[in-house]
Amino acid sequence: MSTTPLAVKPQKPWQATPRQRVTSAVVYLSSVFLTVAIVALTPLAGKLAYFFLFFAVLIVVDFIVHYIRLGSAAAKDSIVRTLVAAGITVALLPIISILLTVFNRGRRGIHWGLFTHDMKINSVNDPITQGGLLHALTGTAIVVLIALIISLPIGLLTAVYLTEIKGRFTRPIKFLVQAMSGVPSIVAGLFILSAVVYPLTKSLNGFVGSLSLVILMIPTIARTAEEVLLLIPGDLREAGVALGGTQWRTVAMVVVPAARSGLMTAVILGIARVAGETAPIILLTGGGDAVNLNPFSGPMGSLPFYIWKSFAVGTEESITRAWAAILVLLVIVFFLFITARVLGERKRK
Amino acid sequence: MTSEQDSGVDTTKLAAKALPAKRELTTKPRFSDKVFRAVVTSGGLSSLAILGLILIFLSYQGYSVLRSQGFGFITRSEWVVVTDELGNIDYSQTHFGIAAMLIGTLLCSALAVVIALPIAVLSALFLTFYAPPSIKKIMVAVIDLMAAFPSVLFGLWGLFVLMPSAEYWAKLLHKYLGWIPIFDMKAPVFTRSPFIAGVVLAIMIIPIITSISREIFAQTPLDRIQAAYALGATRWAMIRTVVIPYGRSGVVGGAMLGLGRAMGETVAVYTVLNIVYQINWQMLLGAGGNVASLILLKFGEAGPGEVKALMAAGLVLFLLTLLVNTTANLIVKGTGGKGR
Repeated sequence: MSTTPLAVKPQKPWQATPRQRVTSAVVYLSSVFLTVAIVALTPLAGKLAYFFLFFAVLIVVDFIVHYIRLGSAAAKDSIVRTLVAAGITVALLPIISILLTVFNRGRRGIHWGLFTHDMKINSVNDPITQGGLLHALTGTAIVVLIALIISLPIGLLTAVYLTEIKGRFTRPIKFLVQAMSGVPSIVAGLFILSAVVYPLTKSLNGFVGSLSLVILMIPTIARTAEEVLLLIPGDLREAGVALGGTQWRTVAMVVVPAARSGLMTAVILGIARVAGETAPIILLTGGGDAVNLNPFSGPMGSLPFYIWKSFAVGTEESITRAWAAILVLLVIVFFLFITARVLGERKRK
Repeated sequence: MTSEQDSGVDTTKLAAKALPAKRELTTKPRFSDKVFRAVVTSGGLSSLAILGLILIFLSYQGYSVLRSQGFGFITRSEWVVVTDELGNIDYSQTHFGIAAMLIGTLLCSALAVVIALPIAVLSALFLTFYAPPSIKKIMVAVIDLMAAFPSVLFGLWGLFVLMPSAEYWAKLLHKYLGWIPIFDMKAPVFTRSPFIAGVVLAIMIIPIITSISREIFAQTPLDRIQAAYALGATRWAMIRTVVIPYGRSGVVGGAMLGLGRAMGETVAVYTVLNIVYQINWQMLLGAGGNVASLILLKFGEAGPGEVKALMAAGLVLFLLTLLVNTTANLIVKGTGGKGR
């Protein structure tokens, strides 16, 4: 009674059959053709007309084909499939446009001198090869670093409270952190102005700029760190306590080190959140043109301020400078973002 | 064995000497833990402290202006500053009113949500239920990256790249839908209108609403999805009967978070909007208002008295965004636990 082994050919029933592929190709091609024909025959014109007509025609053609072959339910399904594809296309178009614009316009203003010169002896109207971003880069680095030094402990403590202590303030604190992430950046700037600059320092400098960024940075760090700490298995905490550790030792020596790479992600996302923040920087840092390494006195330049100032002048050279600085800023943000992603991916494995 | 026998004479005595006294078993927290808990709790409450301080300091600075202007501060539109020779503000002739700015803020951000919501929800549906995993991963990363773009970039892109196209769209809207009051206009000035600001804000909040909607759609209970498919539902029928009822309120909350973000946006709006101290409901007309942009516009040239008025405007904006965000968070939180 031995069963003869059946020769089973591997099948993929979810894959489209050749006939289905031909049908969908015909649908797409005929939609393109119809769109071009309609644009040529009617007074409609322009990219906008092509764009909308293509999706409209595609919906109609797809609907008819599905209605004939599979009935009304499949036809309705096909409408929604085209709509969601249109939705994601509309969502991605501006991103592509923005990236291309920044690259095309910023490229002209990029030269090595950007990273070795400041604008002390140059005006933004000078030829683009003169002067540079050094003061803005050092300024942004200092301001963001100070903001990080202040907000990392606060954000981390908030996350530790939410995940380790879980006291009676858990719900209100979660709520307040959410509320804080919605504070408009200009309000953060005004607050530092009213609470620190007018009563205490009476002058604008890099440090007060950092203080306003702290308000914007804490919620990002706290929420990312909270998610990361929640991923740490409870076994580790129990093991720490079972070895005789107090809660303080368990959290500081076991839980937080275990979450190290995830916490790096939190830090990087926090930096990316505030690096391009413009409104409070305009209000608070004073925006100098020379390299200033002392955050506590004198105006301090920064990338957003430089972009803002160059743009406001409005000549051809100054606007090219603004785009070049945006390109530099975007590359920094992009780099931070990729690092955060890579670290986050490794965490999940 | 032998060693035990050798020393076996005084085992009990030795043991009593070698072993430390029996430790007390207790659940009482140690001193170090008390300190730890106190430090962490105070760190956690810092968000309360910061929000409270913002409220206190802005109220304190804006109090004199709010008292002199009364409700006129939010119901009138003039922004006239009259000072005497010494630079002191003459309150009998000075008027601070942000009605036009408030209405402009609401108009732009409401328009932004109206444009962004359908696009974001469709994108989120695509990413959750239609996209193949490899494409999905890249697209999610790109949309998240867009959320991290600096706002000054959106402003410049909006002014140099979007404005010409948006002007053309505005002209089309005016030509074909001009009979609707909000698309009508007094004079053919299409540049720097609330419409264009609304489009820029829409592009800025699409990533936010998309990622919140995507998270909520991804939480839809798998058993319900499979039950719908098992009953023979198409993908759209499944979305309509399972995903949308489950995620509806979460998406509304996400839209409100987007609204809150749009209301507080400063630099991007300032760059593309022409600020006029007059209430204007015609969104295609190049004259709008925005509280945050007003603060940025007036701050550079403001004397001490006017700065106080700007602080009061900041207070109003803070309370408005706080209200919108709080409502949004309550709605989003209400969805998360349901049906799981």
